[in-house]
Order: sequence, then C-alpha cells, then structure tokens
Amino acid sequence: MTAPASFTDISIDKLRKEGVDDVRVMGMLRKMLEIRRFEEKVEELYLVKGQLMGPSHLYIGQEAIAVGILSACASNDLVISNYRGHGHAIARDVPMKYLMAELYGRADGTCKGLGGSMHSAIHPAKGMIFASAIVASGVPIAVGLALASKQQKKDDVIIVFFGDGGLNTGAFHEGANLAGIWNLPVIFVCENNQYAMGTSTAATTASANLVDRGAVYDIPSKKIDGNDVGSVFVTAKDALARARKGNGPSFLLCQTYRSKGHGVYDRSEYKPVGEADGWIDRDPIVRLRKVIMENRIATDGDISAMEADIAADIGKAVEFAQKSPEVDFRELSKYVYV
Amino acid sequence: MSTSSDDGSGRQLTYAEALREALYAELKEDPAVILMGEDIGSYGGAYRVTQGFLEEFGPQRVCDTPISEIAIVGAAIGAALGGLRPVAEIMYMDFLTISVEQLVVEAAKMHFMSGGNLRVPMVVRTQYSLGRAHGAQHSQFFPSWFLQAPGLKVVLPSTPYDAKGLLKSAIKDENPVLFIECNLLYRSKGLVPSEGYALPLGKSQVKRKGNDVTIVAISRLVTEALEAATRLSSEGIDVEVIDPQTIQPLDMVPIIESIEKTGRLVIASDDSKSGGLGAAISSKVMDDGFDYLDAPIINLASPDLPIPFSPMLEKAYMVSQDNIVSAARQLV
Repeated sequence: MTAPASFTDISIDKLRKEGVDDVRVMGMLRKMLEIRRFEEKVEELYLVKGQLMGPSHLYIGQEAIAVGILSACASNDLVISNYRGHGHAIARDVPMKYLMAELYGRADGTCKGLGGSMHSAIHPAKGMIFASAIVASGVPIAVGLALASKQQKKDDVIIVFFGDGGLNTGAFHEGANLAGIWNLPVIFVCENNQYAMGTSTAATTASANLVDRGAVYDIPSKKIDGNDVGSVFVTAKDALARARKGNGPSFLLCQTYRSKGHGVYDRSEYKPVGEADGWIDRDPIVRLRKVIMENRIATDGDISAMEADIAADIGKAVEFAQKSPEVDFRELSKYVYV
Repeated sequence: MSTSSDDGSGRQLTYAEALREALYAELKEDPAVILMGEDIGSYGGAYRVTQGFLEEFGPQRVCDTPISEIAIVGAAIGAALGGLRPVAEIMYMDFLTISVEQLVVEAAKMHFMSGGNLRVPMVVRTQYSLGRAHGAQHSQFFPSWFLQAPGLKVVLPSTPYDAKGLLKSAIKDENPVLFIECNLLYRSKGLVPSEGYALPLGKSQVKRKGNDVTIVAISRLVTEALEAATRLSSEGIDVEVIDPQTIQPLDMVPIIESIEKTGRLVIASDDSKSGGLGAAISSKVMDDGFDYLDAPIINLASPDLPIPFSPMLEKAYMVSQDNIVSAARQLV
C-alpha cells in the first residue's frame, strides 16, 4: 500500500476544541518522542551492542496511536496490550527503567524478567493489565475485563490493542461478537500497520474495508488516520464517552505504517522498494512537530531540550537495567501457582 | 434444592446434583462468582447441572454464550483479572481443544510470566462422555495434555461427595482450575452432606487401605477399582485404592508410600496408553519409587485408537472392572 498523495495536518483544532491546551500538546509530543527514542535504543542494544536477545517488536511509526488513545483515557481505564507493547506502556507512564530491565531479563523488570519484551507492557499499577504474545488473544480477555467492569458497576473502559493481522483470527471475531451481544465497555483498537509479519494486509485480508470487521457486529466503527495524534485523541474521547454511558463497544481502525520490520531482526526485505519513502512525510512525530512549530507552541530550542532530557532518561534506564540482578533460578517454582 | 433423597444412611445425591449444590452455594455466598457457557442458562445446562440458575440469579451472573469456546475461556480470564470468580463451562472435553490456547498459553502462564503480578482465579468445568456412544468427537479424555501446563490445576472428581467439596475449593482457589467431570458418573449416587465443605486441591486420597497391590485410579475408574478390590478381597488379595483427585499438581506422596508397602502398582485411567496419565505416573514412580517395586507397573488405559461409535466396540475399547481385577491378580 502506498501513502496517499496528500494528507491533512495534525488536527490541532480538534484538540483545542477538546480543551487540550499547549502544555498537553507538548506532553503528547514528549511521550511520542520517548517511545521513538526508547525503541531506537532497543534496536541499538540488539543489533549494535548485542546486549539484548529474543523477539522484540518495535513501535516506531505508530506512536500517535498509543499516545492519542491513552491520553484520552482516565486513569482507571484498563489496557490490554500485546507483543508490540513498549509504546503502549510508555504512553501509560510505565517507567522506562522497568521496561528496559524487563528487556534485559532482570528482577527489576515489569515482569521480573520472566516475561521479556513481549510481555513487558504488563504493569497493573498503571492499569496495564496484560500483554499477550499471541496475535489477538488479548481480544476475548479484554471482553472479559469489560464484563467484570460492567458487572461490578465500575466506570472503567477497557482498551485492547491488536494489529491488522489480528482481524483474521477467531479470537478477534469471537471476542467482538461477545462484546456486541453483551454491550460491553471495550474499545477495539486495530493498529493497521500494513503488515502481518511479512505479508501485506491486502494479501491476507479478504475485505476492502477493514472497518467492516467491527461494523458486522453492529459495533460503531471508524477508520482514522492513526498518524494524526489529534484525530486519534478525539475519536478515542468519543468512544470512551459512549462506553461510559453504557452504549457499548467501539472499533477504531487506525491507519499507520510500521517503519521497521516485524521484529527487531527483520530487515523488511519483502517491502516494495520506495514504499517506506511514501510514509516519511506522514511520520506522526514529524507532523506533530511541524504543527507545534507553525502554531508557535514551542521553539526548536524547547524541543531540543526535551530531546536531551529524554536521552538522559533513557541512558539512566539502561544503566538501571544493566545493574539489576536476575531472579534466582531456584525461586522460579514460587511463581507457578499463587 | 429439592433433589435429595434419603435412604436412611444419610443424604444421597447424584454427582450432577452435588456439582449443582456446590455451584449454587458459591453463587449465593460470593457475588463475584459468575457462570458462563453454552446453554447453561435457559436450557439449564446440557446435563442439567445449572438448571434453574438463570431464573434465580439472572443473566448478569448466569451468562449464556455463543458457540465461541475461545471467547468463553478468554472472557473468563478477563473477568478473573477484573475481580470476578468466573466458572466457565465447556460442554464436552472435545470442545476444550478449541480453547486450549486461552487456557494453556494465556491463563496457565499469566502468574508466572508477569513475575507474580497477575492472578487468574477461574474454573473451567468440562466433562467427558466416554461410554455413552457419543463417538470419536464427543467422548475424548486427555487430561495428560494439561500436565504440560504448569500454572493450571487439573481436578477430576470421582464421587458425588468429592465433586461437591472439590468444586467448592476450585472456585475459591486463586489459580486457574480445569475441572473435568465424567458423564457416566452424573447419575451415580452417593452420600453428600447438605452443609458446605471444601476438599483440598493437590492431595491424593487413599480410598481403601490394603497391603498387597496399589491401584491408582482416575475419575469413573475409582468406583470400578473399589468394586474390584471387594472382589479381590474374597480371593485373599488386599488392595489399596488411591484417587489422586488433582492430577496437576500431583501429590505423589501417598502413592509412593503405598507402593513401599505393597510393591505392586496398577494405574487405571481412561487417558491414552501412550503419553497418558498412566505413563506420567509410572515415570514419577521410576524416579522416586523404583526400589520399592516387586513387579512391573501395569498401565490400564485407553488403546491408541480414536474412540469407536458402535456401543459394543466402545465397551471393548474401555478399561473395565474385569481388567482391573485381572491386572491385580497378575501382579501377586
């Protein structure tokens, strides 16, 4: 898939209409930059430094989705992430040092080093309830969480992230149907990054309109520009309000582009030559930064200072992770049963 | 509950009634308990275990689901993470294969792979229908699959008394529990006190004391082993019968202690001959009890064949009381 010839700028007006002031806009930029720089560091730690091992799936290019959706959430809303979850966790304020320690397999990691990158977004203290390494398996789990929220008359809305590849799984369809018949407070966030591992969405999905995958279950469904943090934010606000009013689930199809490979070792040799170039101008951070500058919300210097601050934080996170010990192997059986 | 009868020796309930009584008591006692499954509500459960619950507890707590085994188990996991204590029903054990990913790859590992952050207090009830001419796809019994899913508890009640006490404990447990019932036992009767009681998970139970041969029996074969023991006692063979009740985690202590005394072991289950429960228990005995054995272990199990429909062929396929008697005789 190629990028459209033109695209609209970040929906800054929509954000302002929602009462998002400049400080919050800068907060969104900061989160998106934190994710980008964290992922770049992870890639370096794998490929250049050889300090990290095992599957890791980078969020580079998709930052506006996690930040847009999760900035719109209340602190009591609950998130089901997945194996491409570092960005979701950072957007939800999970400290980067705990995430990095998890990637290193250390006891101070979010999962004490027993989960790894694919489960690193599990951090219940921040409402990050679960992250599965199986495509779309979090969907029915999110539906069950939403059932618990409704039964206990809580105000929590459940957010579940999955990719376009997940749309072809039974778990997605069974979960969406259940949420539909039970009218549950869950938001299905499909991050369409154009690839199911190495196979394009077009080649794997017998449907021109992916948004229909939610609509067939009578779930209000919307296709949005997932690289426009403003558009993601305001759409999420609507969906959250509907869910909180007892009006049930929503399906958000967020169009984006996975700039890197499926996993950190994947060199994307299957992508058509020139495809990525078509998305450079649509990069969510490039676009937000441009709008911030044009609207004089911040200066180059402000953003450079922010970048330096983030680099320092990431440096500290790596140092923290490297110094953290491993769980004693003899202690492992303690974690099998409660 | 008005299904009890009294034969003078205490209150007798069927296995199905005992299960129903445990579920009823937990629904009454704990508002966090909910049931979900196919046809458990207005239909009353394929085997009537949940009959009347929808009317009494309402659709918020007795949730009829679509035929979506992935979503039934997945939603139970989510509900458990969200603070409820769901009891999901998978109508036939064969159908459980569809939800194995949720049960084994998700639920069983959640506590471990989150470094202890998550707990999933849920029960999946299912049943196997071997012996009822249900054919190759509605009769299967493969509890040994779940021995490879540490984190999951696997419980197999063999009597009405055990069914009630074990189900109560399963619902109160903080871990995911697979609770495998036996269709052939649903109408069997036994003593079941009306008051609530809980039986511990993870404890093998000596059902009959004896000195000559140890029989470890699972599910419906516990009753067959006890009846076989009565027959064998008239021949002067003194049989000890052990029912593990929970096969994961498996309490081997009473089994090893028993063979230390008897030196002889028969294992009887409807699981498959190859790679089944009998093979798994044998292997543990090789590790911890080999020196006590005076004879080879006999593993009575289902043959390595799909289950035939024809009722006569199915009977031939199944481990019988006569098989148990012959095996014990062979060992002494």
